[in-house]
Amino acid sequence: MDMPVAKKKLGLKERYALMTRGLDWQTTYQPMDKVFPFAKYEGIKIHDWDKWEDPFRLTMDAYWKYQAEKEKKLYAIIDAFAQNNGHLGVTDARYVNTLKLFLNGISPLEYMAHRGFAHVGRAFPGVGTRVACLMQSLDEIRHSQTQIHSMSNYNKYYNGMHSFPKMLQRVWYMSVPRSFFDDAVTAGPFEFMIAVGFSFEYVLTNLLFVPFVSGAAYNGDMGAMTFGFSAQSDEARHMTLGLEVIKFVLEQDPDNLPIVQRWIDKWTWRGYRVLTLVAMMMDYMLPKRVMSWKEAWEVYFEQNGGALFKDLARYGIRPPKWLDQIEFDKDHISHQAWSTLYQYGGASNFHTWMPSDEEMDWLSAKYPNTFDKFYRPRFEHWRDEQKKGNRFYNMTLPMLCQTCQIPMIFTEPGDPTQTCYRESTHKGMKYHFCSDGCKEIFDHEPEKYKQSWLPVHQIYQGNCFNPGVDPTAEGFKPLPVVLDYYGVGFGRDNLDFEGSEDQKNFAAWRGAATTNV
Amino acid sequence: MSTIDLRTVTIKPLRHTFTHVAERIGGDKPATRYQEGTFDIQATHNFHYRPTWDPDHEIFDRARTAIVMKDWYAFRDPRQFYYGTYTAARARQQETAESNFAFVESRGLVSALPEAVRHLALELLLPLRHLEWGGNMNNAQICDYGYGTAISQPHIYKAMDHLGIAQYLTRVGLLLADETALDAAKQQWIADPKWQGLRKYVEDSFVLKDWFELFVAHNLVLDGLLYPLVYERIVDDDITMKGGSAIAMLTLFMTEWYGETAKWVDATIKTAAAESPANAQQLSQWTREYLQRGVRAIQPIARHALGANAEAVLGDIEDQFKSRVAKLGLAL
Repeated sequence: MDMPVAKKKLGLKERYALMTRGLDWQTTYQPMDKVFPFAKYEGIKIHDWDKWEDPFRLTMDAYWKYQAEKEKKLYAIIDAFAQNNGHLGVTDARYVNTLKLFLNGISPLEYMAHRGFAHVGRAFPGVGTRVACLMQSLDEIRHSQTQIHSMSNYNKYYNGMHSFPKMLQRVWYMSVPRSFFDDAVTAGPFEFMIAVGFSFEYVLTNLLFVPFVSGAAYNGDMGAMTFGFSAQSDEARHMTLGLEVIKFVLEQDPDNLPIVQRWIDKWTWRGYRVLTLVAMMMDYMLPKRVMSWKEAWEVYFEQNGGALFKDLARYGIRPPKWLDQIEFDKDHISHQAWSTLYQYGGASNFHTWMPSDEEMDWLSAKYPNTFDKFYRPRFEHWRDEQKKGNRFYNMTLPMLCQTCQIPMIFTEPGDPTQTCYRESTHKGMKYHFCSDGCKEIFDHEPEKYKQSWLPVHQIYQGNCFNPGVDPTAEGFKPLPVVLDYYGVGFGRDNLDFEGSEDQKNFAAWRGAATTNV
Repeated sequence: MSTIDLRTVTIKPLRHTFTHVAERIGGDKPATRYQEGTFDIQATHNFHYRPTWDPDHEIFDRARTAIVMKDWYAFRDPRQFYYGTYTAARARQQETAESNFAFVESRGLVSALPEAVRHLALELLLPLRHLEWGGNMNNAQICDYGYGTAISQPHIYKAMDHLGIAQYLTRVGLLLADETALDAAKQQWIADPKWQGLRKYVEDSFVLKDWFELFVAHNLVLDGLLYPLVYERIVDDDITMKGGSAIAMLTLFMTEWYGETAKWVDATIKTAAAESPANAQQLSQWTREYLQRGVRAIQPIARHALGANAEAVLGDIEDQFKSRVAKLGLAL
């Protein structure tokens, strides 16, 4: 028998390369272009897929092991949280409305990211790229499910979360985040990677992740906080992938630069518009605030993002367009958005309210140049009217921006007293926009954006009623039937927080849990 | 023994699960995590834009397959895999695999292998790395194009399983030989005549447009012929008998994985076939066609490994496969 020969130990990098690289081959029974039909149509030129640097060297066995351990810990906490009625420990029941935004508007989109990464993973001919994308696809279904499972307990006790897949596809303001992901997955694979992998996961993720997860922590919500923390190491991998993809594409061919730059401009703006909902959540919906939207933007975009774009300058990349407008708008958008959701509180799936005196003072301090001047008077007026029994509900439908689908609530750059309107004509039809950014995005791809499923248009066209509804009947009232179509229970899932079932139940349950009456 | 109930504050919930889940489980009652994490999660309507890469279809579109279902959530994974249960199951299996690799290495079992067995194992198993990579691609494709989370979800798990298996095969190669064996095996996969049938089968499957046809081609037929041949008949029977039980230890993951996964494949075919005679007919037709091609593709491998015994073994495998799919409602 031979003496066993001690094998040369392989380094981690070398070993990982053997575990992935070389698994692929050049097909000959079918042409490569047919096997990978989406690899070239965006005009991105890749000469050598092997130049891809694997951002994380994780073999499947290690992945299964680590992820299973994380899941075990997470679900133990979710179970304990449910068993102990952990929901009664949150600051106050208004907080739960942030979870309604999250479960309705984000968790099903984590799922979209899962399907999108499966698509691009299959579409890229490079092994390293495929493995990274498919691993992220797997992570994204994790995030979707851990969020659903964490918030499942809230759904048992609070309204507005019971039909989240239907609400995402139907409730009007939900078309803002949803169209972002529909936009990304209908783009080519490289654009998807810049949209989701880079712009969303790398540039903007902290502006979504930190507000919600820290918001949960600040407001005593152990359930939501834990899935956030548990997702953090996955997110770190995703950020690395987002950065790697942009560097890889830019290094492959100089012709890629203008295409990538356009995508960065577009997707930073698209992402920023979606974050309007987060801005509103941070400044108005968290009973215990983490920081203001403006502060978050300054830290996570202006400082961190600034450093990133300085780093990318060596590839010829410049910072995204329209930053001057964002800079101006950071004093305004959260107030403009909350005003809108407050007015349309009869048509949405969560509760709204006017800030208390103490909360208005916080807003004045955080927005010294704008809050008292432009927004406080309006809010105090609404609050006074509500005290008199005239809680304001706007019953007319707003015009929406064709691109971001937010109502036309934003103001002219430099003039917060003028609503910003832009329009374009395409094949004889007029399209309306909230900003130069949204207009330019449309103008570049009108055939795509003219398809937008705009909730207001759809209501007017009669497409938001359940079967059997007759809009020509005498005395027809659209709002109740539209809410029916949305799956929103009028007065239960919506309207003001003051007097809501959530408010009453929370008070009664917390009373039962903390006193002896 | 009597138990004492620990006292907790009890409050009555407004509902026990989500509305869409309640509709599927026959009313408002506590639902499982599989159900809550699966039902209706994929969007079905009011899509904003058509894919620029496939403008003839919606983002998710029933028309991407010839199989017709009234309800695409009629499919159930008998393993009840959502991400948490999936990773827990695989983590257990990888632990066993890890200790098997450690056992084989620490006892010097590789050097105890008869040379002919070691050689055969390398020749047989290493080119399969590439086939598994094909399995990863095809299952990612089904996850991408499939309709409804109930059926698309298990495919991302299976895609990653194939990658995991390719990596286990790589480790077998590195344990029995070194990097050069991986390169040699790739050469065989690309040029050796005995592998060309399989390579062509896989490459042809890469360009299929109908994702359910792809499911039949890869997950039902190809897995259903190849795993019994390679891991059950060649490794577990033949190689073990010739003193290569160490090889069987190193591929235990694959044997167990196939047994588990086939149950889900069967449940999927059964549900689709039971839906309508048209489905059953379409599935039968695909299965017939791919079975014929699949048997031809694995023949040279069987002959190489089993010699004179090959025809008998192939006949067995084909018969077993036919009786398996007959139970699922297919008529070949």
